[in-house]
Amino acid sequence: MKNERADVLHGSLILMVLRTLDTLGPQHGWGIARRIEQTSGEMLELNQGTLYPALLRLEQMGWITSSWGVSDNNRRAKFYSITPAGKQQLGEENENWERSYGIIARFLRSKGESS
Amino acid sequence: MKGLRVFLWRLAGLFRKENLERDLEDELDFHLQMEISENLRMGMTQEEARSNALRRFGGVTQVKETYRETHALPIIPVLWQDTRFGFRMLRRSPGFSILAVLCLTLGIGATTSVFSWIEGILLRPFPAVDHQERLVAVAGMVRSTSERTDVSWPDFLDFQRNCTLFDAFIVDRIMGTTLNIGERADRATGSVVSANYFEALKVRPMLGRGFEPSEDFGRNAHPVAVISYRTWKDRYDGEPGVIGRIQMLNGVKHTIIGVAPEGFYGTFVGYSFQFWVPASMQEVFDPGGYKLEDRGARWIEGFARLKPGVTIEQAQAEISAVAKRLEIAYPNTNRGRGIRLYPLWQTPFNNAGTLLPTLKITMVVVCFVLLIACANVGNLLIVRAIARRHEMTVRLAVGAKSSRLLRQLFTEGLILSSLAAVGGLIVAYWCRNLMVLFFPARPGVTVYLPAEIDWRVLAVSAGVCLISTMLFALLPAMQARKIDLAAAMKSDAGSVVGGSGRSWIRSVLVLVQISVSFILLVGVGLLLRSLQGMQNVNPGFSTGTVLTTGIDLVSVGYDAERAKSFQDQLIDRVQALSGVESAALARITPFSYRGYFSAPISVDGYQTAPDERPTVEYNQIGPAYLATMGIALVSGREFTRNDNESGAPVAIVNEAMAAQYWREQNPVGQRLQVKDRWMKVVGVAKTSKYRTLMETPKAFFYVPLRQNFSIPINLNVRTQLGRATMASALAHELHALDPSLALSEVITMREQVDRMSWTQRAAVVLLGIFGGLALMLAAIGLYGVMSYAVSQRRRELGLRMALGASSSDLLQLVMSQGLALTAGGLLLGAAAALGLTNLIANLLYNVSPFDPAAFVAAFVVMAIVSSLACFLPARRATRTDPVGALRE
Repeated sequence: MKNERADVLHGSLILMVLRTLDTLGPQHGWGIARRIEQTSGEMLELNQGTLYPALLRLEQMGWITSSWGVSDNNRRAKFYSITPAGKQQLGEENENWERSYGIIARFLRSKGESS
Repeated sequence: MKGLRVFLWRLAGLFRKENLERDLEDELDFHLQMEISENLRMGMTQEEARSNALRRFGGVTQVKETYRETHALPIIPVLWQDTRFGFRMLRRSPGFSILAVLCLTLGIGATTSVFSWIEGILLRPFPAVDHQERLVAVAGMVRSTSERTDVSWPDFLDFQRNCTLFDAFIVDRIMGTTLNIGERADRATGSVVSANYFEALKVRPMLGRGFEPSEDFGRNAHPVAVISYRTWKDRYDGEPGVIGRIQMLNGVKHTIIGVAPEGFYGTFVGYSFQFWVPASMQEVFDPGGYKLEDRGARWIEGFARLKPGVTIEQAQAEISAVAKRLEIAYPNTNRGRGIRLYPLWQTPFNNAGTLLPTLKITMVVVCFVLLIACANVGNLLIVRAIARRHEMTVRLAVGAKSSRLLRQLFTEGLILSSLAAVGGLIVAYWCRNLMVLFFPARPGVTVYLPAEIDWRVLAVSAGVCLISTMLFALLPAMQARKIDLAAAMKSDAGSVVGGSGRSWIRSVLVLVQISVSFILLVGVGLLLRSLQGMQNVNPGFSTGTVLTTGIDLVSVGYDAERAKSFQDQLIDRVQALSGVESAALARITPFSYRGYFSAPISVDGYQTAPDERPTVEYNQIGPAYLATMGIALVSGREFTRNDNESGAPVAIVNEAMAAQYWREQNPVGQRLQVKDRWMKVVGVAKTSKYRTLMETPKAFFYVPLRQNFSIPINLNVRTQLGRATMASALAHELHALDPSLALSEVITMREQVDRMSWTQRAAVVLLGIFGGLALMLAAIGLYGVMSYAVSQRRRELGLRMALGASSSDLLQLVMSQGLALTAGGLLLGAAAALGLTNLIANLLYNVSPFDPAAFVAAFVVMAIVSSLACFLPARRATRTDPVGALRE
């Protein structure tokens, strides 16, 4: 599909969402956003709105599911949870990430040596 | 897989829209509330907490929009939105919209009309017939010359027996008779058909029955008839009791056994038949004797239905093999004879074949008209795109994707062309019977040339609509893609020569329009010249002073003896009328629809090639025929009253025949064998035209009517009196002889000749209409471009004026720009026309496709029209108010 490139660019966001849901269990959108910001040590300022279309895309892919529930403060909220397919995807994404990270890291190192 | 899942999800989304919107609203609201309360907890004021939350979230509306787009099938809601927006935009500039829709309606309407004619006349002429796409026309062929002939009944039966790839063979032979019902006598057209006719076509009579297989056989043994629905309604008042009624047809009592269903008009393209009789009655309707047992008598025009999946080539191969076997088995009658199958739209023996070249060329022409119309609308859209550049720029600047803008422009184009397509269908519906207008009226013939507006025509119209949208919407859309924000903003501020960078596309469009209209004008010119040439060509007989009429004695039951004495008395009485210079009888007159007889001939001393069996057409004529018709005798004498049954057989040949068979010798006094009868040649007549003005001189001979008698005859009268005066005098004489006889139509030979050139006339009129349309559209296009150029150059023109340019300088400046375009278009058009006029060569008579007069005339018309189209804007330019223009 033509969004493939965009998905790759958004790859990190997907990874973070899946990871969050994997470790914390079902979460609502705001919870996921907060978690990502906190984990990144407030280094990453997420444009929170972009999270929702991304969640929808993940749901369409079958990696997460959603259901309406009640939040801690007794409000109606939509909760997302990771599916088995999502877990598998998380594994792959993780690997991908490690690999690209490794390549980049090696690349940077080698450049450092030659200079 | 992934794609499919997403697709299904989105598809479902289309139907859950309401809930989704509310859920999304809730979810985002929840998020913001959480963020706000978090912020409050951190110690912000209410105000700060809110604005901080919103800022961190980003644009709520944008998120919603992206969410929606991700959610649903993106194309449908967006399309809907585009459509609504498009309509709004089009409503905002009604002048533009109306002009564009009108231009397109003309283009699409013309294309749709012509295609619906082609559909109704050529492709699917028999809507009541099941699977007509499997029907093919069957005709005989002389292999050496490829000349088309009819088919004989015994051959026909052999094809039916021996061919395996065909469902059925159908005999169909057009013929006319007089229908006397009560007081009223009218000529009627019908057909001799094989008994399987209705069954093979899967047309069930709505009353009574069709023919039974046995009704094919036995000489004149089955006088039964099926009548058409319209005849039943008009002539028998729609009485159900009509079945079993006795009806005189060509002097023989026929029993009406069935009424064909409504909507079935027979299988002769162009005519609506009134009745059908079985093949066993052939002798009654088809002059020339009983032919069902004669393999050499070819009279059948037929059709065949192929089995499903069989191609016409396979069928042709099989029937050719069968024809080859017949050649070997019956060398006397069949040597050198083959069979040819034609797709329905090429049927050579009805009006499909006659109209084919005209309709083909008309189709090409309307495509040109469509092209011009699209160019015009493209031009209009470009102007509007320039006017809308600000809108587009703003939309791009706030983040619209350029693909979305493209889609928007395309949608607007599609709205225009869809409206035009609807208009086009209405135009096509109005024009569905237009072809009939070109058709010459003949007594007894109900012309039926309907256009067919079926799903195919709708599909073509939709296709044309799409294609034209691509054509005209593409250019402005391409520009939208290229909008450069910075440049667009800048040029919005207005420059001296604003927007000139884009004008070349418009100029190219106008160039194309001018050249295409020029080509069409040349085509019209050529056809007009050809028609004029035909008016001037000498047919070889007098046209203005000879009147002709048919006298039908067969249908009122005359036998040969009564007919002979009647004919003698009639000619005496007519010759005695005042104002009549001479009068003569003949079996048929030149240029009539009915065909001449032809016969195998041989001549002493003329060696034929082994495969050659010379056959020549002839006419049976009474005394003084040549003098009456104004056909000159070169040598010898005319027939006299003495050339009758008791006299020695004689013949008159024409010059072409004399030259071909007697070479240098004078044939007068020589022998000519016709079939198995020897005749003495007593005269040589000038070669004239016999069927059409376009024919080349051909061998032809005459025999005395009395020695080759025919009951149906034509009366020809040479007179200076007018047609009406003569007609009433003739009617009086006819009644005096036999009160039951009615005079049929009296026409001059000029009219008779003109009727045969109706296809050329139709081509001229059609091409004239569409050429005029094209010219008008091209003029509008040129005018539009020039007006726009002038309005764009207002400042420049004002400046020039302020610096001292006179109004004639400005006129010249603007005119020269427009005329340069015109000149370019004309050059291009002339080059293309030289290549294209060959296409209509077969419609031309005595005119070269490169006829200079046609080219010059087209050039002059084009030059005048485009000068006018340039002059109006140029004059406006000279009225530029320099102060106002500069101050703007």
